[in-house]
Amino acid sequence: MKHTLQQVFHSGKFIVGFCIFVTLLLIVTIYPIIIKDPPLATISQGNFTPPGIYVNTYDSIGTTPFDLDLPNAADKRLESKLNNDDRLAMKDWLVLDGISADQIDTTNTVQLLDQWEKNYDPNKNIKGLTNAKRNYYIRLDNSVKGILSTSGDIIAEKDPQTGALVQTGTVNQTDYVNISQVPNVRVLPLGTDNFGRDVMTELVKATVVSLEIGLIAGAIATLIGLTLGLLGGYIGGIVDDIIMFITNLFTVIPSIVLLILISYSIGQDKRGAVTIAVVIGFTAWVWTARAVRSQVISLRNRDHVNLSKLSGHSIIHIIINDILPYIASYVVMALILQISSAILAEASLSILGLGPRTTDVPTLGLMMNWAMIYQAEILGKWWAYFPVLLVIALITFSMNLMNTGLDQVFNPALRD
Amino acid sequence: MTEEQQSCLRGAGLTKVFGIGRQKTVAVDHVDFNFYEGEIVSIVGESGSGKTTLAKMLLGLISLTEGEIYFQGEKRDISSQRKKQEYWKNIQAIFQDPYSSYNIFNKIDSLFLDCINMRGGKHLPHDKKIELMTEACSFVNLKFEELTNKYPFELSGGQMQRLMIARIFLLKPKILIADEPTSMIDACSRATILEMLIQLRNEVGMTILFITHDIGLAYYISDSVCIMEHGKIVERGTADEVILHPKEAYTKRLINDVPKIHEAWDLSTVKYD
Amino acid sequence: MSKVMLEVKDLTTKYITRFGESVYAVDHVSLKVEEGKSLGIAGESGCGKSTLALSLMGYYFAPLHYTSGEIIIDGRTISGMDPDEIRKSILGKEIAYIPQAAMNALNPTQKIINFITDVIQAHEPKTSKKEIIELVEGRFEELGLPKNVLKMYPVELSGGMKQRTVIATSVILNPKILIADEPSSALDVTSQKMVIKMLKDLMEKGYVKSMIFITHELPLLYNVTDDIMVMYAGQIVEKGTAQQVVFDPLHPYAKGLMGSIIVPEKGLRGVKLTAIPGVPPNLKNPPSGCRFAERCKYVIPECRTHSIDLLETKGDREYRCIFTEDQLRKAYQND
Repeated sequence: MKHTLQQVFHSGKFIVGFCIFVTLLLIVTIYPIIIKDPPLATISQGNFTPPGIYVNTYDSIGTTPFDLDLPNAADKRLESKLNNDDRLAMKDWLVLDGISADQIDTTNTVQLLDQWEKNYDPNKNIKGLTNAKRNYYIRLDNSVKGILSTSGDIIAEKDPQTGALVQTGTVNQTDYVNISQVPNVRVLPLGTDNFGRDVMTELVKATVVSLEIGLIAGAIATLIGLTLGLLGGYIGGIVDDIIMFITNLFTVIPSIVLLILISYSIGQDKRGAVTIAVVIGFTAWVWTARAVRSQVISLRNRDHVNLSKLSGHSIIHIIINDILPYIASYVVMALILQISSAILAEASLSILGLGPRTTDVPTLGLMMNWAMIYQAEILGKWWAYFPVLLVIALITFSMNLMNTGLDQVFNPALRD
Repeated sequence: MTEEQQSCLRGAGLTKVFGIGRQKTVAVDHVDFNFYEGEIVSIVGESGSGKTTLAKMLLGLISLTEGEIYFQGEKRDISSQRKKQEYWKNIQAIFQDPYSSYNIFNKIDSLFLDCINMRGGKHLPHDKKIELMTEACSFVNLKFEELTNKYPFELSGGQMQRLMIARIFLLKPKILIADEPTSMIDACSRATILEMLIQLRNEVGMTILFITHDIGLAYYISDSVCIMEHGKIVERGTADEVILHPKEAYTKRLINDVPKIHEAWDLSTVKYD
Repeated sequence: MSKVMLEVKDLTTKYITRFGESVYAVDHVSLKVEEGKSLGIAGESGCGKSTLALSLMGYYFAPLHYTSGEIIIDGRTISGMDPDEIRKSILGKEIAYIPQAAMNALNPTQKIINFITDVIQAHEPKTSKKEIIELVEGRFEELGLPKNVLKMYPVELSGGMKQRTVIATSVILNPKILIADEPSSALDVTSQKMVIKMLKDLMEKGYVKSMIFITHELPLLYNVTDDIMVMYAGQIVEKGTAQQVVFDPLHPYAKGLMGSIIVPEKGLRGVKLTAIPGVPPNLKNPPSGCRFAERCKYVIPECRTHSIDLLETKGDREYRCIFTEDQLRKAYQND
């Protein structure tokens, strides 16, 4: 046993798969401890908010600023308000207005703005400008007014009695606030989905739920397959015939169709995560049963089994002591594969809309489902579906890698 | 064979057919025999002759298609698990491959403890059990203290086969069926195993059914020999009768085809097929 | 003095395990086989005889590695040759090797004639199909194999027939040496006899010039080979003619081996078979003195401390023991 464990942890493939899997587990265990928000809480207004660090502007103004003179601050400001496309657009307008192109240098901001200010007039009739473009230039003009000034903004409050604005403070261009002093900062590493939920927190919870479903379904499937395979393979005769008949029934009907039918007939109300897990488990046991049965059939004629019989042991004793340990390594591998395929099965069901209730817990499949329905991929909101895909792929990949590693350990013929 | 010798195991019309319809194979074809107590009988046959199937039928591991088996004069009854356990107190086996005779996950002590339980010694005090196991090991020239708590893969092939014999010594059945016990053992260790089997017969009076394909081995160890071909016993008699003065053509061919040392091995009689 | 077909000088080869340990399976073995003669190699399992057979071809697969020594076939040194060169010019042409259960080499989906054509064309690509069929039919007839075997699939043939077919195929190019590793162990006695007859025919008709026959069954060696070599724990412990080694063994291991032979002959029943207690040493760390010392009846302290070399006797025999011939014979007589 010790020797086996040693060999297992020597296998490169197993270690890689194991590390990926354990890292995932660690992340999903530690994350909820740090961030205690409920995963299905809506925090944004139902748009796909992009990932980033969100700093409360109102609180920033209220926080004591620090005066920092950082280099290139002004240029960066200019750059964000007047990017290269805007500059080129300005140049186009000026050229259409009549100024020759070689007099315009888009890199010289001051000169460009000067030329613009002197020449721009929203009422000028320039040929070839669509209405949209005209509006664009008006907006552009508005946004560059005062762009070169170095004075700050004024904060004013409305006096409740007079209705007039009373200045309460200023914000200088050199004022910086320390983000840790701002009370309301939220990191949204994966933004929000269409419902306005924090994708990262949702994803962590969904991973946990999917893993749970995978584990329950995988365990059920392996247990059923193991028991039926053992009994059918060892006892043989009519017991074997009955078990094979049942197995063949389940083989002929594709499991996904069975899943869909059962899921649909249970109805939306009863479909919780555990129910789905049980349903998946009860339809996925077939190949395990077949494989275990064929292994048991080859084992039951071995000498040590015959000697066990001659020593007077009962059938149950022989099955548990003389047959089961010999197929244990296979069963462990089957369990791993069952778990990973159960996770995929749940994802398939959820994408079709037949997964667990959407109001209870998120699952990886459900997140994919929402992303699809709300057209995240068309709108280019990659954070709503790409991380989910990645997690599903990593889980399945790491489990299959572990399985291959184990296979090489237990079956020396496969070693390279 | 004198009249005082009791019949230990008798078979009448034993037949075993595998498969149904067109794909029937008759592995054992109406075999009769009568083995006496304390006799060492060899069943000699090439592969496919049905000798292993016959052995398994006698052990009760395979059902009979036809025929009856009589143990010590009485018809054998193995209709229930209890009756089977009773029967197996009287008949045991040693198999060909010592490596596959052991459950690789159990220590070898468990093998002996099972035997002690089978003989009703489940509630014996611990020291008495150790004493029995040590005695059995010393019968096969092994020291129990050195072997206790070891796993089967830590022993050599010869040691494992000897432990199987120690197991038989513990159980002391009336009949032992040894299915090619030395074919996977090196020539140097063979003699030890054979010696121990003969001792089992001499000290305990065990009837030994020695199954082999090696006619020289059969000649060395047995009192009487049965030659099997295609599921039938084609010749039987004492070892000297069958091997030195064979009557049937098949037996003659078997003996001629074995290379000898002191007698010439005539290769010119080879007929190609 | 006939031509020496195979000469091996001090050959050492080893296995390297997954954990990097070296197991010296063949340790400084030297032998000579002359034209028209056959050499038998006997020994228990694990003594290195099969490894020696593999090593003689000069073609090594991991985990088997060549360490040192020379292999000379008909004057041509092949040890240290490039593996590709060996595959092209030595295997099949100069040396033929028949492993245990060689019948499994037959491709179940190919007719026998296609199998043989493949073998011949790999070495002599220019032979036409017609020439091949003529050659093969003639050869098969000489060796007593029916011609219709060529058109059959392997599954239609019996075990003995398959083995003989593979043997006939492996010597189709008339190699100088045939190495047969347990060619008849998996067969029943009648097929065994046919295989042995074929091997002897091959030698007599000159299709192979010399033969090395490996088995653990000594009666077979006695009837087939001219000389016998006994191996133990990777080393040669005795060498001589078949008659000498079987009836007058010198080395205590060889003596024990000969004493455990069982044949269905009159007088066997009264004989007490010898058994040698113990197991061969672990070749990862072979003992420094005599490797048989642990199990030897006649062991003295010097056996363990001195390294024992092969001694030559006046009758051109060799044995590896610290005692002289007369001392050994006397000890055996006293027992």
